[in-house]
Amino acid sequence: MTTAQAVPAPREDDTDAPQPPVLEINGMERHFGASGGGTVRAVDGVSITIGRGEVVGLVGESGSGKSTVGRCAVRLDEPTAGTVHINGTDVSHLSRRALRPLRKDFHLVFQDPSSSLDPRMTVGQIIAEPIRLHRRARGAAVRERVEQLLGQVGLRPEHADRHPHELSGGQRQRISIARALSCDPDLVVADEPTSALDVSVQASVLNLLADLQRDRGFGCLFITHDLAAVEFLADRIAVMYLGQIVEQAPTAELFAAPKHPYTQALLSAAPVPDPVVQRSRERIVLHGELPSPLDPPAGCRFHTRCPLAVDRCRTEVPALRDIPGGRQVSCHLVTDDGTAPDAAA
Amino acid sequence: MTETVPEPARKTPAGPVLSVRDLSVSFRSDTRTVHAVDGVSYDLAPGEVLAVVGESGCGKSVTSMATMGLLPPTARIGGSIRLAGRELVGASEKELQKVRGKDIAMIFQEPMTSLNPVLTIGRQIGEVLRRHQGLSRKEARARAVELLELVGIPAPARRVDEYPHQLSGGMRQRVMIAIAVACDPAVLIADEPTTALDVTVQAGILEVLQSLRERLGTAIVLVTHDLGVVADAADRVLVMYAGRAVEQAPVYDLFASGRHPYTRGLLGAVLRPGGEGKRRLPEIPGLVPSLDSQPDACTFAPRCSRADDTCTGSRPGFRAVDREAGADAPHRAACWHPYADGETADPYADGEAAVSGEPTPVAAGREAPRTPARADDPGTRPDQEAGK
Repeated sequence: MTTAQAVPAPREDDTDAPQPPVLEINGMERHFGASGGGTVRAVDGVSITIGRGEVVGLVGESGSGKSTVGRCAVRLDEPTAGTVHINGTDVSHLSRRALRPLRKDFHLVFQDPSSSLDPRMTVGQIIAEPIRLHRRARGAAVRERVEQLLGQVGLRPEHADRHPHELSGGQRQRISIARALSCDPDLVVADEPTSALDVSVQASVLNLLADLQRDRGFGCLFITHDLAAVEFLADRIAVMYLGQIVEQAPTAELFAAPKHPYTQALLSAAPVPDPVVQRSRERIVLHGELPSPLDPPAGCRFHTRCPLAVDRCRTEVPALRDIPGGRQVSCHLVTDDGTAPDAAA
Repeated sequence: MTETVPEPARKTPAGPVLSVRDLSVSFRSDTRTVHAVDGVSYDLAPGEVLAVVGESGCGKSVTSMATMGLLPPTARIGGSIRLAGRELVGASEKELQKVRGKDIAMIFQEPMTSLNPVLTIGRQIGEVLRRHQGLSRKEARARAVELLELVGIPAPARRVDEYPHQLSGGMRQRVMIAIAVACDPAVLIADEPTTALDVTVQAGILEVLQSLRERLGTAIVLVTHDLGVVADAADRVLVMYAGRAVEQAPVYDLFASGRHPYTRGLLGAVLRPGGEGKRRLPEIPGLVPSLDSQPDACTFAPRCSRADDTCTGSRPGFRAVDREAGADAPHRAACWHPYADGETADPYADGEAAVSGEPTPVAAGREAPRTPARADDPGTRPDQEAGK
């Protein structure tokens, strides 16, 4: 598990130079012009580094900008400022044509498998498309590779001849995953891959992702609002609020001791599926609304809803700084040794 | 079964406010008949929160739409739904209009599509008040402000003149709740009321529902797939699978000692935030069956490790899990081989060593209330134990 900023150690394979991280996002901004004038600051200075084989969870609520980060990371969208490096190559402003040969190295899994699979193609065609485009195989070898991939995601070879509508939601998401892995990418960006699925189906898809990640060792940016899912899969978690990362920490540490008041509120709000535990928990209820990214609050962006905000929070922007344990937090109230206030108190 | 009792023969206050008996709903097309709901029964006491739980296609939403009389005319409805003694199945649209919004009301998953975008929220809340209580436009507006305050909307006097698009998702859902409780209904059906919302917003909505139950005594049917929400808000739980009721129990009993293998599978598959660390999630093998037939068998049998010839040969009755208890026992299940109280065997132990070593949460709850497992608790990380 790599810590927040460290460049990952070289792997045991026979390279002399340390390999660059699979994904390095530096100071990324993505601003949109609003129709009535003004600028929507959807992503406002986000930095994330994902080492080889590392799974980083990006958590936040609707409108936090987490999906925009994911879209910019795989260049479905172009960042307004800042850089995105994939395997050491700056892809932030590459043209579509220049990106095309690089696309075999990174892939996206979307939330809704029924709208991200072409209904007119068979499953086999869907999975084979990247293999053909990147010339990873040809002729009969393509079909062989497709069947192998189907096996890896827990489907049978005959599924290759079906169409997406003949399959269940969980099976469709398995196909999205098979497609994403068809060219052995170094990076998979998964945007809410299990949010549209039922509990029992979600469990099997999460198990599958965990197994594949362990076996294939791809780096993964796992974007979700589901704290339990991210805890299951991620080595490290970044929490976003209103376009910025407010806290970053290794998974176990984040859940054991969230530092930022927003993270504390988020963890306390997610109900635990056990009535005995759930009804004895202290819940931090946030008041007010998520402020508009058109006009984010001055100072700390969370101060309008923070139960602990003091005057300094209203005027001075807190920097995202390192605290012990390989963590980062942006809150004036967290001391340099990592002592944090309790928002529930 | 389907004739309408004209006058609500109010039962004793202790009796159920809503009583569903042997409800079945099917949809027929030229080629097939889908049995969406198949023989579901439940009672709802005044002021009670009953959670109806299940996965997509289990019939939980169709059950609530049937209760509201909102199913399309193509639906064939059998059985009985009695609201304070008044039969709703087979009632005319005119009769239903008198009941809907007044005695029974519903909130839906997606508030934006349930609100009219071209009317102010005050008008939309006022509509139900003017219709059922005959208030004037002015009175209705004043009452709407009160209702917005009741559901926790800040600055209600200003908000009442706003349009739905000016509100956030959580605020819209609060408006939906305000409309639903405007006439102080005895029963509120909440169909996935927080599914489209963020967790911090969800917490607020659950608190509003809880306070309505306390202040107005509203009985709530909470339809959800989220077991965290169930654990938070419900008094009793009805678990549905493939159109049938499989288990019903008080909430603590269900989580501590679910008896039906499907209930256990569902509880096992759910993720628990807060430090269980990395483990393999137990899965339920197989797929949900098609609803085209009504087999005289347990519909969960093809996915169940305890199934035998009895299960595939005849349909289990919905009986008390405790043999000595009467037919009205609070804990009932439809299973030929239910788990015994405190039985710890994992339903999917075979083939998954990492899972079998783990005490199932439902069983662990028998001895002591389960506390959230911590990552440093070796008992919860059997995979690591086995590996090292």
